[in-house]
Amino acid sequence: MDDLYREIIIERNRNPQFRGVLDPHDITFADENPLCGDHIRVDLRLDEAGMVKEAAFSGHGCSISQASADLLMESIIGKSLDEVKLLTRQDVLDNLGIELGPVRLKCALLSLKVLKAGAYGLGAASDSLVED
Amino acid sequence: MMTTNLSKQVFDVETIRRDFPILDREVHSGVKLVYLDSTATSQKPGVVIEAMDRYYRQTNANIHRGVHTLAEEATADYESARQRIAKFIGARHAREVIYTRNTTESINLVAYSWGRANLKAGDVVILTEMEHHSNLVPWQMLSEELGVRLEFILVTLDGRLDLEEFGRLLELRPKLVAFTHMSNVLGTINPAKQIIQMAHAAGALVLVDGAQSVPHFPVDVQDLDADFLAFSGHKMCGPTGIGILYGKEALLEAMPPFMGGGDMIRRVYLRSFAPNELPYKFEAGTPAIAEVVGLGAAVDYLSAIGMDAVAAHEHAVTTYALERLSEVSGLSLMGPEAAARGGVAAFTLMDIHPHDVAQILDTEGVAVRAGHHCAMPLHDKFHIPASTRASFYLYNTRAEVDQLVDGLEKVKRIFG
Repeated sequence: MDDLYREIIIERNRNPQFRGVLDPHDITFADENPLCGDHIRVDLRLDEAGMVKEAAFSGHGCSISQASADLLMESIIGKSLDEVKLLTRQDVLDNLGIELGPVRLKCALLSLKVLKAGAYGLGAASDSLVED
Repeated sequence: MMTTNLSKQVFDVETIRRDFPILDREVHSGVKLVYLDSTATSQKPGVVIEAMDRYYRQTNANIHRGVHTLAEEATADYESARQRIAKFIGARHAREVIYTRNTTESINLVAYSWGRANLKAGDVVILTEMEHHSNLVPWQMLSEELGVRLEFILVTLDGRLDLEEFGRLLELRPKLVAFTHMSNVLGTINPAKQIIQMAHAAGALVLVDGAQSVPHFPVDVQDLDADFLAFSGHKMCGPTGIGILYGKEALLEAMPPFMGGGDMIRRVYLRSFAPNELPYKFEAGTPAIAEVVGLGAAVDYLSAIGMDAVAAHEHAVTTYALERLSEVSGLSLMGPEAAARGGVAAFTLMDIHPHDVAQILDTEGVAVRAGHHCAMPLHDKFHIPASTRASFYLYNTRAEVDQLVDGLEKVKRIFG
């Protein structure tokens, strides 16, 4: 259980590197976790080749969701939207380096769900986006 | 009736705790459970678990219509529980007690059946800002369908209903006032009798959400003069899957059925049916028989202890908890003072997310709830996305409150 609060999670929650709003942006999407009311928005800027040049997240949530979002933003810099669409829940867990139960998994995956809904240009973020 | 070795005169929490097998378990190696989440669901005493086990081992049969011994016994158990539940809430007749799945289904039953038959566009239904989603969404659905107008009694900053505002809203001549007897977040015990008198004087019917009141202090529907009362078995030492809708007989008689199917009919033709009498009119299909037996045992258990004693114990523990929590720097409590509330203490701790608070508390064995507790509008009102909630029941102790406070200090060491 103490593993859950690895240094990287505490540190990224306290000092996020990719927290903020990009305006203007090429892609933006926001959604909530209905279980806890956590809210995350993701903004992306793309370069001419369609690769992610800048990424930022905003909103509010627990340390797991915030650290997960921050690490996710870092991991997609330089990736194409097609690569972003292929990200899985395992990528998020690898970023965090922890195992999570079903409730906290929702916290960790909210940012990926929002990111992928934005990448696909969907009207709503669905859990199916982050199922293996 | 279940037997119990408890006397109504003596309330000893250590004796009570021995009735609940789960309180013995460890949640992590060497870390015993400190269960402070009874507002979400209560733990179950052995007598309830055993009653359901005995039912399945010895009695199991479908109720009504069967003429064999098991069916007779199962039907007798099912109906005797109804009588004991009716007595527990002071109902005039057992037929005023309808079995549902939970509080949510009870409220939906009233919205669907009474609401559709009695409300039209422009009619006013008054709710409050402190309602659980189960007493908001059914009325919002009805509002969308029929054009019913919803109005809300506002919550004051100290977590009470603004009854002056309510008085003004009553000038709209509402058809129904639906409110929670006790807030599942603020803990506020609302002055139900006064609200009901005011509503009746204005010509409105009243539905009381008793999900948090019936398990925790004496509730008498005749004394309150409530028209409808909804509550759940699983929050009052009973199993999940069984809830109650109490309604005054004349109102229930006049209402159309809710779900259609077996048991709710008197006579079925190919193209029509005649509904059954109360309470069966509202109980379509095979019900949760074992769960009814379990709830009956829970009511016997609580009755033997006495709801006054349960309430007094909870009040003592809650008063102590509010004192201890107020000593935690950076902690901000929601809700009114101890005298005006039941066994609920929701709070925020600095700007630490409630999930993180709850997760660290869990490492110490302390089970609390984190989130919006199915009351998002209330959290919006206080401009917070979520809170951490500790809640107390007849088996909780002051020592457990101390463990909660120790755990919160650990949370601050990690996140502060």
